[in-house]
Amino acid sequence: MTSGAAVVIVGGGVTGLSAGWWLARAGVDVLVLDKSIVGWEASGRNGGGATHVGSPFGLEEQRLWPQMDELLGYPTEYQPHRIGIALSEPQLALARRWAEIGESRGFRWEPLDRRQLKELVPIVGDEAIGGTYLHFGGHANPQRTVQAYAWALADHGGRILQHTTVTGLVRRGGRVTAVETTRGTFGADVVVVAAGPQTGLFAEMLGVALPLAPARVEMIATEPIPLMGVGGVAGNGLYGRQTLRGNLVYGGGPHEWINVPDMTTPEHANTPLVRNLARRLAELFPGAAHVRVIRAWSGLVENTPDGLPVVERLSNPDNVVIATMSSVGFGLSPAVGRAISELVQHGRCSFADLGALALSRFAGTPPDWRERAGWVARPAEVAAAGGDG
Amino acid sequence: MSDHRSIAGKAPRPDQHIPLVVVGAGAAGVAAAVEAARAGVEVLLVDEHPVDNDMMAMDVPLCFGQRMDATVRNRAAMLERVVETNPALATAHDAGVDVQLGTYVWGAFVNSATVQELPAPMLGLADDRRSWLVSFDRLVVAAGARDVLLGFPGWERAGTLGANGAAALLMRYRALAARRLLVIGSGVLGLHTAALALEHGVEIAGVVEVEAHLRGEASEAKRLAERGVPFFTAHTIREARGRTGEIESIVLVGVDEAGTPVRGSEREIACDAVCMAVGLVPSVELLHLVGARLVFVAALGGWVPEVDAWNRTSVASVFAAGDCAGAHDGMLRAPDVAREQGRVAGLAAAVSLGALDRGQAEARRGVRAPLSPASSEMQSYWQAWLRTQIEAGGWEVNVCQCEEVTRRKLIETKPPRYLKWESPQMSARDVGTLLRDGPINQDQIKRLTRAGMGPCQSRRCREQVGLLLAQAAGTTLDRIPLPTFRPPIRPLPLNVLWPADEPAAMREDWVSWFGIPTQFSPHWTAGMAVDEPTAHARLILSEE
Repeated sequence: MTSGAAVVIVGGGVTGLSAGWWLARAGVDVLVLDKSIVGWEASGRNGGGATHVGSPFGLEEQRLWPQMDELLGYPTEYQPHRIGIALSEPQLALARRWAEIGESRGFRWEPLDRRQLKELVPIVGDEAIGGTYLHFGGHANPQRTVQAYAWALADHGGRILQHTTVTGLVRRGGRVTAVETTRGTFGADVVVVAAGPQTGLFAEMLGVALPLAPARVEMIATEPIPLMGVGGVAGNGLYGRQTLRGNLVYGGGPHEWINVPDMTTPEHANTPLVRNLARRLAELFPGAAHVRVIRAWSGLVENTPDGLPVVERLSNPDNVVIATMSSVGFGLSPAVGRAISELVQHGRCSFADLGALALSRFAGTPPDWRERAGWVARPAEVAAAGGDG
Repeated sequence: MSDHRSIAGKAPRPDQHIPLVVVGAGAAGVAAAVEAARAGVEVLLVDEHPVDNDMMAMDVPLCFGQRMDATVRNRAAMLERVVETNPALATAHDAGVDVQLGTYVWGAFVNSATVQELPAPMLGLADDRRSWLVSFDRLVVAAGARDVLLGFPGWERAGTLGANGAAALLMRYRALAARRLLVIGSGVLGLHTAALALEHGVEIAGVVEVEAHLRGEASEAKRLAERGVPFFTAHTIREARGRTGEIESIVLVGVDEAGTPVRGSEREIACDAVCMAVGLVPSVELLHLVGARLVFVAALGGWVPEVDAWNRTSVASVFAAGDCAGAHDGMLRAPDVAREQGRVAGLAAAVSLGALDRGQAEARRGVRAPLSPASSEMQSYWQAWLRTQIEAGGWEVNVCQCEEVTRRKLIETKPPRYLKWESPQMSARDVGTLLRDGPINQDQIKRLTRAGMGPCQSRRCREQVGLLLAQAAGTTLDRIPLPTFRPPIRPLPLNVLWPADEPAAMREDWVSWFGIPTQFSPHWTAGMAVDEPTAHARLILSEE
């Protein structure tokens, strides 16, 4: 055995890194393994939203984000508050619904009319019929945040091994005792699996059925424009934000279901969907229609059948915690990491009821659930681009 | 059951299908298009020149250094001039090639491990007003090369050009607004650039070489010297001076054998433009996007596509020819080489489309033009320049102009200035501490420092960032993974990139996230849908 740690975490995305950071700052000996670079997949490629008050982790998410820069010692670019913009009545109803969920948890919001919207967000047009101002929620920079977790974890004595692919889990006497990797075997008292779309593969190794469907989603970013007072502005079927640098960074629209990726790092390819994203963004912000798109990217995420996370300490083997955030992980990461660290240390979460996130809810899910839901990939082509002549 | 929120069945479709698209109307591209068209293939040849003035001002696609004269604002005149200065275009037109100028290729989209829904391989095209999609059976990429730029104090001022940018302004546009040019680099590229500028009536203030001897051909240097061009060997560039925003002079400083600036050897050269001509890198953005395998070949300028004897890349339907398949002095000395590569690619594309048989192609191909040997690898030469420029100009020089990231901030992996972030933890971090976690990765450093994340899409800083990181990591450029290229590979406005119309399904089923009705339900009201209007997706939680 190469060496090991009290807790070995499989996956250096936001969920695994946050869990590792919470554990390390509690003095636990922790090792995070990642197949490439920390936060290289969906954790570093998302919209940066931090407004999920409907989640069991929602209140803790809201409590923690304003403190994260200080707690971590590195910048996350967290910015509070959100503005929702509606270009139609159904969009307005949806924006208000989001606001009301917050209100029912004790957060404040107010409706905005077109004039107020234009004052706050000068690039909206006459198509905007109204909106919402949330005195809660916010957004942060995913790339800066994943590195902040990683560095802060190391500052507390935790270790990260990048470019290390986990290939197997060693079981002995009803427990996982070690993790096999491309760089040797690492002993562990407790193992956390937070491996994004590949989480299901590890569950399978343990004989646990975790229904997950991976998908690809895309985003675009523009050149910087002058900073608006609140960067967390979205609507018209887009999620995203204006970054502190001034770029408009938005995603949304159709996803593509794909097959379960293997352990290699995929290309993050885009499709012409970037044009449709550009159109929706220009509709949302007619005042910025002339602004240039300077890059686009895609990311792979996984969803459970009901779109809700699974965060659970298994009963057999009883020293494994499985975590998938079902495609909504970044914003919740401060809270989920804390929950995982408690599951590891105490077997239960003190601040959130994880009952709704239990794996047992899928006990009756048929094996062909993806086909039934239509959440399936088109069969792969043989050649990448055309055939030989 | 299908998922109406997914892309299945509504992936964007091409506006047009063309059997063979050739990208780039330089020597290689035109030759490829002409050969294929003569074999009876329907060919579209696209070239982005004349580039829109706003794009030129951003140093896209080449480093024009704000030294375009006012005529570039006149699109019609520029279109005429681009046609007039490239007589080969007429040949292509006569051969039946559809030639589209002023047309950007901003993306290439193919199915891959994570994309399966595209109806066909496609290119994203655009002009100044709109964008569209063209599907193809075969693609020849002849996208040319970019200049390697190495910064110095004041290089943000108007007047810092790259050799290819200067050549484009001199030859294609006849619109170089500079009277006195200082050329950096005395290799074949530098000497060619100096000769070209002289030919077009631009005075050459000098040719600067960091090494002790001139690198280019002695005969060419002699011709330049006879026309009064001074050479400054064993010199490096220390700074650009001038009134606000303009270059009016360049300060050079002599370097000793170790490359250390010699105190007191400074000299100020009056000039209104300085041209970086230290080397070229192949423009492989499109090749990267179509998934062609790229390999680092030092003698070919860095990352190049792997091609076979018929210039076919690892993607069977894609060919590469000219500088984008390898840029080096041999290509500069013998322009026929690029043309020959283009002809071969065009013939091979025609064969693979069934328009020619292999024997005919062999016959038309003729004898391969002998390629003068590539110069030795350029990367250590670039490092030599960069090291002296750091010694002469210091660490507070912007490596990335768009995002104002200095050499120091890059190596210290500091967050951008606008965050005004200070913490003891952050101060303890730099490239060195990152190296403990794994090999250096330019894309990771980009995320942290923002170097390369600006509107010029890293055209001005990509190589210098790589070289600086290689220095800091004690390694060589070839050991640093290729930083990714992302569409759109030209910075296009939202209202140019957007599609004029969309299928009804795209609009009606559009949701911001997956449209799973329970995904955002408040957990205390389990099962209540909070979804964007109508929910097609059914929950499959249990056997019915």
